Amino acid sequence: MSRLQRIVLAFAATVLATPAFAAGIAVQQPWVRWLPADLPAAGYATLVNTGDMPVTLTGVSSPDYGAVMLHRSLNRGGMERMVTVNSIPVPPHGRAALAPGGYHLMLMQPRRAIRPGQQVTLTFTFGDGRTITVQAPVRPANASG
Amino acid sequence: MKRAVLLTMLAVLFALGGCGSQARVWRLTDVRGHLPDLAFTLTDDTGKVVDAADFRGKLVLLYFGYTHCPDVCPLTLTHLHVLMQRLGPLADRTRVLFVSVDPARDTPAILHAYVSAFDPHITGLTGTPAQIEALAKRYRVAYNRGPTLPGGGYEVAHSAGIYLFDRRGRARLLATDADPIGAIEHDVRGLLGTAP
Ligand SMILES: [Cu+2]
Repeated sequence: MSRLQRIVLAFAATVLATPAFAAGIAVQQPWVRWLPADLPAAGYATLVNTGDMPVTLTGVSSPDYGAVMLHRSLNRGGMERMVTVNSIPVPPHGRAALAPGGYHLMLMQPRRAIRPGQQVTLTFTFGDGRTITVQAPVRPANASG
Repeated sequence: MKRAVLLTMLAVLFALGGCGSQARVWRLTDVRGHLPDLAFTLTDDTGKVVDAADFRGKLVLLYFGYTHCPDVCPLTLTHLHVLMQRLGPLADRTRVLFVSVDPARDTPAILHAYVSAFDPHITGLTGTPAQIEALAKRYRVAYNRGPTLPGGGYEVAHSAGIYLFDRRGRARLLATDADPIGAIEHDVRGLLGTAP
């Protein structure tokens, strides 16, 4: 193997091992909980901010769904409700979890037949206009995480 | 001599009471005597009209939710699926009843697809608004439909309780979706009389 080949391989390995990343923001471990019958599905991920400034997730879009909304589940006095949020803050040198029972993506109107085991494309847009596109695995309805 | 008799009596009492229900320490909230027996008439996810008598003989876990709920209801049903896996063969002595608080959208067919995606021990139940309201009121379960959202959908806020009934249909314990699976498993085994 030539020295150049080795450098190219090392570079490729680094790129592949790095989570989707845009100058201080990363979208890690995205996944979607599949539901049958074209019901709205929930999407999850961890947003990591390695920068010195707060970052805000302002929206998510997907070629695989007709509409994507930012939602939050809240339990107040034993009542479970879901509210729409306009944005999700990610503190400097911190993270925001989109996880079951809290913030999540509401993925509606699937544009194709989506099944567990497939991947869907999600594009996260942040307050400063930056975008990060990830492939999220679709897990079965009863997946624990 | 008197002391020896007393100690023997105490030992016998412990032996009798130790495994009996009187001495059992529940991890969930004990509601025995505070809520009425299981009673309802609803339509199951195969389209059949069913009532509480159809589930006598099974330990029932009753939970209210709706299928257009992609986050919290799946989380709770996944916990109950893990519970069923942990129970192994004992799971067949239990039944999860998932009662829709959104009968306008939850047809038996949609409910069937939804509950089947989580676990075979779950039955979906729907009915007329009056039938569902009657069951919810019986257990002081609240729910209310939110405003119509862009796109025509809506959310339904609902109580997060899981009601446990013994095999004779008596209300025994109340769990919430925040209770650890281990606590629910402990008490289900206790109600089934198979606690270690
Ligand atoms: Cu939601």
